[in-house]
Amino acid sequence: MLLFAALYYLFPLYVMITTSLKGMPEVRLGNIFAPPMEVTFAPWVKAWDSACTGLYCEGLKPGFWNSVKITVPSTIISVLIAAVNGYALVNWRFKGSEIFFTVLLFGSFIPYQVMLYPLVIITAQLKVFGTLQGVVLIHTIFGMPILTLLFRNYFASLPPELFKAARVDGAGFWRIFFEIMVPMSLPIFVVAVILQVTGIWNDFLFGVVFAGTTNYPMTVQAQ
Amino acid sequence: MQHSVSIKDLSLNFGHVKVLQHLDLDIGQGEFIVLLGPSGCGKSTLLNCIAGLLDVSEGQIFIGGKNVTWEQPKDRGIGMVFQSYALYPQMSVERNLSFGLRVSGMKKDEIEKRVSRAAEILQIGPLLQRKPANLSGGQRQRVAIGRALVRDVDVFLFDEPLSNLDAKLRSDLRVEIKRLHQRLKNTMIYVTHDQIEALTLADRIAVMKGGVIQQLDTPHVIYNRPVNLYVAGFIGSPSMNFFEGSLSGGTEPVFTADDGTKIPARNYKFDTVPDSKPMAAVLGVRPEHIVIGDHAKTMTFQAEAEIEIVEPMGSDTLAWTNICGKSVTFRCDSDVLLEAGQKLPVGFDVERGSLFSAETTNRL
Repeated sequence: MLLFAALYYLFPLYVMITTSLKGMPEVRLGNIFAPPMEVTFAPWVKAWDSACTGLYCEGLKPGFWNSVKITVPSTIISVLIAAVNGYALVNWRFKGSEIFFTVLLFGSFIPYQVMLYPLVIITAQLKVFGTLQGVVLIHTIFGMPILTLLFRNYFASLPPELFKAARVDGAGFWRIFFEIMVPMSLPIFVVAVILQVTGIWNDFLFGVVFAGTTNYPMTVQAQ
Repeated sequence: MQHSVSIKDLSLNFGHVKVLQHLDLDIGQGEFIVLLGPSGCGKSTLLNCIAGLLDVSEGQIFIGGKNVTWEQPKDRGIGMVFQSYALYPQMSVERNLSFGLRVSGMKKDEIEKRVSRAAEILQIGPLLQRKPANLSGGQRQRVAIGRALVRDVDVFLFDEPLSNLDAKLRSDLRVEIKRLHQRLKNTMIYVTHDQIEALTLADRIAVMKGGVIQQLDTPHVIYNRPVNLYVAGFIGSPSMNFFEGSLSGGTEPVFTADDGTKIPARNYKFDTVPDSKPMAAVLGVRPEHIVIGDHAKTMTFQAEAEIEIVEPMGSDTLAWTNICGKSVTFRCDSDVLLEAGQKLPVGFDVERGSLFSAETTNRL
């Protein structure tokens, strides 16, 4: 049953791949479910290298690499910062840490479009508007509320005695984080990375606004 | 004499909630102190304050003569054992033991020496390469004790270390902790809600309630001469029998129970001799101090009682009866065969019991 459902949902992918391997005349026949009679990779090469998007005819290659250059650093930076945030919020309570967390939580409810204009001004002031670093910065900031929430709740579910024992053993903030907390948090790191990679890779809005014409990620370029 | 741990006027508030109130406690070198009380009495909080895991609101803490009130936990010369063991799950037993030493940057051969010594003392040598997940509860708690042991500290702190273990293991490990204390002669502060652990392990017990130490004394005194009704009722299982009534002092003090029974209290050692004016009082008698049969005839109080329920415990037998209009339990030898409905003479000596003022609940 599960297998059947899986096959059903894989069907569009099958159609996409088989169609991409057909020559143009064969595509025009309209037999979309039929396997290709003559396999050709030429359209792949063309799409990658020389297809025209607007005025540029370099294919999807630059957009793809831009997407990678945006996704990888944004994911790593945002997940690391959020992990430290979550850990600090649970184990190193400071005055106002609860309020800080509440404010951060509200951040996840505000629609991105509201903050677009102020962020354009801020990034322009920081001289990162229209650069890849700018997009990375924006993605990192917007990943913060939900990721911090994720990590905070995970760390809060770990026994507090572990943290106390490590304090008695003399470990400091970073030592406890890297030697005790991180090795225990693999599951939540995986969740956070999946969340960020899919979110950032599929993002259109921030890419089109902040990247600048030469740095468009693939999602923008393929429009 | 230099105190090992000294707590002066310690208070701790969480917002408006006063968890500890103006607490003073002096603990001698090598002493085994048990903090005993029901949950929420502040005993674990006090231990966390001593460990430096909670910041105090007022007062000072001295360890080894040094004021450590604001020191980091690692600089206080303490080792701590937790109820949940708190072993680092991703590290082997050996790395669990050596973590604190590695953090302090100790040389490798010294670390090895200390780990193997701790492993030898606690007999966990064969377990060194295992992960905590592959250990039983008792083994885990040994490793947790070992982690405090390798740090070579003056003061051990135990936070309900045996509460997660089953009854058999608990009594085994209890003996082992006592043996460890006799061997190491460290100061130990041990938090528990289990009075058997407290009575068996402690040099002195501090009975706590509502963030205040009610009584601090040897197990023998705590058990036999409780300072107030709370301590009297909390210690002992089954708990002490209480008779409400009034006490008239003077040269021939007499306790009159609510149903009118007069019980002479001539030989009772009063802490404060009451005046001759009658006052509301409570008489407490432990179940094992009530005797039956011929022995009852020599007691200052005697009566005829009917047995209501018999509970054979194996080592001894508990029985429920009615004396002076109150439901009363007493303990007797398991060889004495009792039956419900049976009538027999019972008696007790007031001097072995405890008299409390009903007004202040303090011992008289």
